[in-house]
Amino acid sequence: MLSTRTNAEPVAPGGDARTVLAVQDLSIQFKLPHGWVTAVDRVSFDLKQGEVVGIVGESGSGKSQILLSLMGLLASNGRCSGDARFEGQPLLNRPPKELDAIRGSAMSMIFQDPMTSLNPYMRVSDQLTEVLIAHQGKSASEALETAIEMLDRVRIPEARRRVRFYPHEFSGGMRQRVMIAMALLCKPDLLFADEPTTALDVTVQAQILELIAELARDLKTAVAIVTHDLGVIARLCDRVIVLYGGRIMEQGTIDEIFYDPKHPYTKGLLASTPRLDEQVHGALKTIPGQPRAAMGDIPGCPFEPRCPIRVEHCKAEMPVLRAGAGGRAVACHMSES
Amino acid sequence: MADGSTLLSVQDLKVHFPIKGGIIAGSLGHVRAVDGVSFELKPGETLGIVGESGCGKSTLGRAVLRLIEATEGRVVWAGQDLFGLDDKTMRGQRRQMQIIFQDPLASLDPRMSVETIIGKPLRTFHPELARAEVRKRVLDTMNQVGLSPAMANRYPHEFSGGQCQRIGIARAIILKPKLLVCDEPVSALDVSIQAQIINLLMELQRSLGVSLLFISHNLAVVRHISHRVMVLYLGKVMEIAERDDFYARPLHPYSQGLIAAVPIADPRIERNRERVLLQGDIPSPINPPSGCRFRTRCPKATEICAAEEPAMRDYGQAHFAACHHIGE
Repeated sequence: MLSTRTNAEPVAPGGDARTVLAVQDLSIQFKLPHGWVTAVDRVSFDLKQGEVVGIVGESGSGKSQILLSLMGLLASNGRCSGDARFEGQPLLNRPPKELDAIRGSAMSMIFQDPMTSLNPYMRVSDQLTEVLIAHQGKSASEALETAIEMLDRVRIPEARRRVRFYPHEFSGGMRQRVMIAMALLCKPDLLFADEPTTALDVTVQAQILELIAELARDLKTAVAIVTHDLGVIARLCDRVIVLYGGRIMEQGTIDEIFYDPKHPYTKGLLASTPRLDEQVHGALKTIPGQPRAAMGDIPGCPFEPRCPIRVEHCKAEMPVLRAGAGGRAVACHMSES
Repeated sequence: MADGSTLLSVQDLKVHFPIKGGIIAGSLGHVRAVDGVSFELKPGETLGIVGESGCGKSTLGRAVLRLIEATEGRVVWAGQDLFGLDDKTMRGQRRQMQIIFQDPLASLDPRMSVETIIGKPLRTFHPELARAEVRKRVLDTMNQVGLSPAMANRYPHEFSGGQCQRIGIARAIILKPKLLVCDEPVSALDVSIQAQIINLLMELQRSLGVSLLFISHNLAVVRHISHRVMVLYLGKVMEIAERDDFYARPLHPYSQGLIAAVPIADPRIERNRERVLLQGDIPSPINPPSGCRFRTRCPKATEICAAEEPAMRDYGQAHFAACHHIGE
């Protein structure tokens, strides 16, 4: 790889880091009035300690559903199959009671909208200490001290005073930090983040991304972040999974995906993003057509209708996700030569 | 692009919203959403208006169209003071100025067919037109925005977000307006669809010669589409400049912080970028800081910033900024 700058190579977590999460052939389906439709189709990936993996895709690509199914939070008309293991323990289709032993402590999640995931009737102090008292058996006063420390850590000014606030007394960025603090209280080994900065202003987004990067670095938390923003991926992640129509189109390190994309969808996505740092003259490159509106079970490649290099074969048969060296994988008939 | 004349001149525009409440129904103060904004727009020009939530950019766009009444200031449109017009004359002017919204589906009536929606402005302003003529113009406009005329009888829910935005654009351009206010028109769309809509807007601008007020929080999109850029913070203009000049040398510390905060889709650049993080959140527009409104988050703030509001100064090449500390 050519780079004219110093220290430009990614500091990937050691190749021998422990695997925290292993997902194998995860499929998710939803029951709609006309029958079951597939939202996610045989998705597999691993997540190592201290690693940040980005899951990118358009709305309806199934990216959020992957995280929800791993947390046992699928909507009641949803079902999932396959295998997912967190530190060796199975996650899928476990009774909520069993999942509660790890949810919120060893494994936790941040959502896009903090106002709907915090309880508006409870003081932040009560919401934060609840987790510690339930999972770690701390006393109320010990738990409060830990909660204040964590609010300090996510840079809430005057944490000792503000811990008594209700959620509505915080600004949007502060609420997001409160939710992150709550997710981190028990120092989880695994953190899921579903569009954690999409609702925030860019200056606040920059602060939150910095915070997540710190966690992965200092506490060795493994992070899976769902986003549609390629800039967020470039800033924060070690690896990327590109989803389209519920299937993995391509995965690899960020440098592989950004500088040597193999899949036509990845290429189109990168080319159609306007850049802050350079002037594109004339029209932007686009991916023609619309994202697949209804998920259906189709035999071929979901990107086929919009693909510039499709051939007859693409409609009939879904290309296999072929893994190369170091976790690099592409699912496209045309990149197999 | 421009022929030198001015299409729109906004002068010291203020929009203050009263906060109602208390035991006796009275005013508890004002939200100063827009607080003394001035700018000019030439025919065929695109002015990008950027800023974070609460900076007043959407309120500004609506106040210019008189969709929200301004508290103070003037909007001069093709030589006449818009705020001085009676309702009837204003209605006549409205055909020249249109708006497209962020949420494409919510801005379309779900019970109307696409043909009815797009033809509505035409039937309102030209009731004399025969039905066949309205239909012809609707189908022409659908072609122009990349919608198949075969879909004219369908309803909004049958379309995707990008297609709904095309319907909104068709409705806005069918009267051939001179000004199009675009309020975050691509923010709700997927990246691949965003590019399609941006290209469409730029193409329409070329073919119709329409001026755009392009309101967005996305600095990369604004860079692509605008001729000039204006940065707002808590209802005030911080900086206004030609596009290339603005991105090459942002002068105001807020503009610099805003640009530094945007992640760039390029890992090598990201690894080597200096992280100048602006701290804190945007203060409330009910009680904005004294002096310079940005001073509470500004890395360069000194005593003078609290005492005195910085004046807008020209830094050459029509590059204006309001800061006490530029060039130090």
